Amino acid sequence: MTALTLVYTGLFYLAAIILIGGIAYRIYEYARTPAPLVIPTTPAPTTTSGVALRMTREVVLFESLFKSNKWIWLFGWLFHVSLALVILRHFRYFQEPVWFWVEFVQPFGKYASFGMVVGLAGLWARRFLVDRVRYISTPSDHLMLALLLAIGASGMMITFVAHTDIVALKAFTLGLMTFDWHPVPADPILLIHLALVALLMIIFPVSKLLHAPGVFFSPTRNQKDNPRETRHIAPWAAAMERDRA
Amino acid sequence: MAAAEFDIPTLTDKTDIPKVREGAMAHAKSFIAPQGPQEYLGYPWELGEDWKQRAIDKMGDLLGKYRSLRVFLDACVHCGACTDKCHYFLGTADPNNMPVARQDLMRKVYRRYFTLPGKIAPWLVGAEDLTEDVLNQWYSYYHQCSECRRCSVFCPYGIDTAEITMAGREILNHVGMGQKYSNEILVKVQKIGNNLGLPGPALEDTLLGLEEDIEADTGVPVKLPLDVEGAEILLVTPSADFFSEPHVESLIGYAKVFHAAGVSWTLSSKASEAGNFGLFNGNYETMRNVAMRIRDAALELGVKRIIVGECGHAWRVAYSFWNTLTGIGYGGDDPFSKQLQQQLDARYPQPMHICEYTWDLIEKGALKFDKSRNDDRVITFHDSCNVARGSRMGNEPGGQFTIPRNIIKAVANHFHDMDADTIGEATFCCGGGGGLLTDDLIEVRVKGALPRMNAYHAVAQAKGVNFLALICAICKAQFTKVLPYYGFDRGQVGGVHQLVSTAIVLD
Repeated sequence: MTALTLVYTGLFYLAAIILIGGIAYRIYEYARTPAPLVIPTTPAPTTTSGVALRMTREVVLFESLFKSNKWIWLFGWLFHVSLALVILRHFRYFQEPVWFWVEFVQPFGKYASFGMVVGLAGLWARRFLVDRVRYISTPSDHLMLALLLAIGASGMMITFVAHTDIVALKAFTLGLMTFDWHPVPADPILLIHLALVALLMIIFPVSKLLHAPGVFFSPTRNQKDNPRETRHIAPWAAAMERDRA
Repeated sequence: MAAAEFDIPTLTDKTDIPKVREGAMAHAKSFIAPQGPQEYLGYPWELGEDWKQRAIDKMGDLLGKYRSLRVFLDACVHCGACTDKCHYFLGTADPNNMPVARQDLMRKVYRRYFTLPGKIAPWLVGAEDLTEDVLNQWYSYYHQCSECRRCSVFCPYGIDTAEITMAGREILNHVGMGQKYSNEILVKVQKIGNNLGLPGPALEDTLLGLEEDIEADTGVPVKLPLDVEGAEILLVTPSADFFSEPHVESLIGYAKVFHAAGVSWTLSSKASEAGNFGLFNGNYETMRNVAMRIRDAALELGVKRIIVGECGHAWRVAYSFWNTLTGIGYGGDDPFSKQLQQQLDARYPQPMHICEYTWDLIEKGALKFDKSRNDDRVITFHDSCNVARGSRMGNEPGGQFTIPRNIIKAVANHFHDMDADTIGEATFCCGGGGGLLTDDLIEVRVKGALPRMNAYHAVAQAKGVNFLALICAICKAQFTKVLPYYGFDRGQVGGVHQLVSTAIVLD
């Protein structure tokens, strides 16, 4: 095994552990922290299925963002939907044989990369052009967009401009999955693409990318509006109540 | 009205999004609470040497107790969706009044002390040390937020700046920087029974005087009973309803409705305040202590129903939190909850808003109105923030918008809504909510009222509207004060039950 393969193999195991372990820890942290009061932003659904529907609209359609600002919605939604298609397309590098629907999504996933880049560019432009958004932007906000754009651009280079040895790459990724390690193709653009993806995986659990698990735990969106019918009390508040009784 | 020491914004048909003006409102600072109220509430009244550690510890404590705070501090991506949604930003152009920037005042400290990137590379992620300058920024800008939740409607993750503001004020209190206005009120309500500090005998006198006025006016002996044991209904209303204009006109309206319904009801000298400023400070225990007076009064008087008068944040606390805090509601299976549940009449929701009660009676045909008595009024309705985005009326989501409007349409002939972007869930705060209704913040209040004043101005121009109907004591006091700054007569402000009172026909 070459030093390069060793580094990339180790990097992806490390990144995967940090990503999965980190997000799992965050979810545990969010889940164990109680929401002591009923605070859905009303009007809110009164039933569990209603809440599920509200959350689905929020996550799939970005309903609140649509209400807020059509430009952010357009670029943001375009980016996320494109990214989802691109990720689904990448499933093919982790399975043999490739599932039917992954085959089906392949052409859409390829061209979705354009949507991803356009969406990111639009979001980034707002950070310069809109004075309010410029004011709130931190270096990490810019770098996050740069990172995602670089991942998208390097991936598109591989897909559309300078093809890499995709068979060798798949041997490498399948090898990671089965602990039967194969050499990583020494293609500079591919190596950049892979390194940036690993970086994204590593920073995910300590960055604003936590909005992804966070939205599901947002009390203003995931609570039912039923406080008159149901008594909602957090463990620490119940303990305080017993002390006072 | 004394001459203003600041520029009053010019009215326009639509509220424009201003260009950012850094530091435009950095000077706004309400008076800091002195020793008396701080001590009573169990807070220090000076910074002290260890203030920084106490602030960080308190933040850690709140992060462990409130999922909202933890998730909201992590989830923001700085997308900008909220940046033009706050009435204080629209009215002042100060970028720290953009919801995200207001949150970032705390988020930068959270990142510095509670996250890995903030600890190792603070410059990268906008993390900052907690310094006295930061603390002063907190004090200034967490008292330029009325906790109205408008931003939370538009945030793709539902981040509610009110939760951050509440946590900020709680931490400030714990380092000795309480707000005089809110904390003095929290003492009065707990010591005397209401926010105005009105003692029982004075309340009794006032109610007797009102009974005489109503009888002189209508010839009907409408009563305003106080502390009547065994009454069916306990009415809990903001204490401003007893003394302030135009609030008292709504109180007369409630009394007339109860009279027409022929029901036995009572006010309580112990629970002579629906308002609960504990909400504004984000202290669960204080909010519970204030709310417990109502439970205690209900148990002592043996009432079957609890109805809440026109007050925005009080209704949020009553509707959304009373069951949690005090067991006023249903579904509890602990002895504490059961004790009250057994007493209350399960045929009705508990608590109930006075508008729900009146609308029920109207739907049943139990009330008679002469709508023409309101013909000099061309009415619009301002959705109060806490009612609109933190509560409900009736059985269907959105009932908090339809029920008050239905009442108005049932008692008056001329009603026009303001622009759709400024009502319903997108309603603009009056500018005086959340503990900001104090003269030391008058500039913030006047400027924060701009978006609502623009919408009111537009409908006044287009439809001849001359009456702003409200269901909130803070809105009533705020608009009474602020309308003249924008060239409107303060008499254009009144309650929904003031309209009911005008039109109702009593036998």
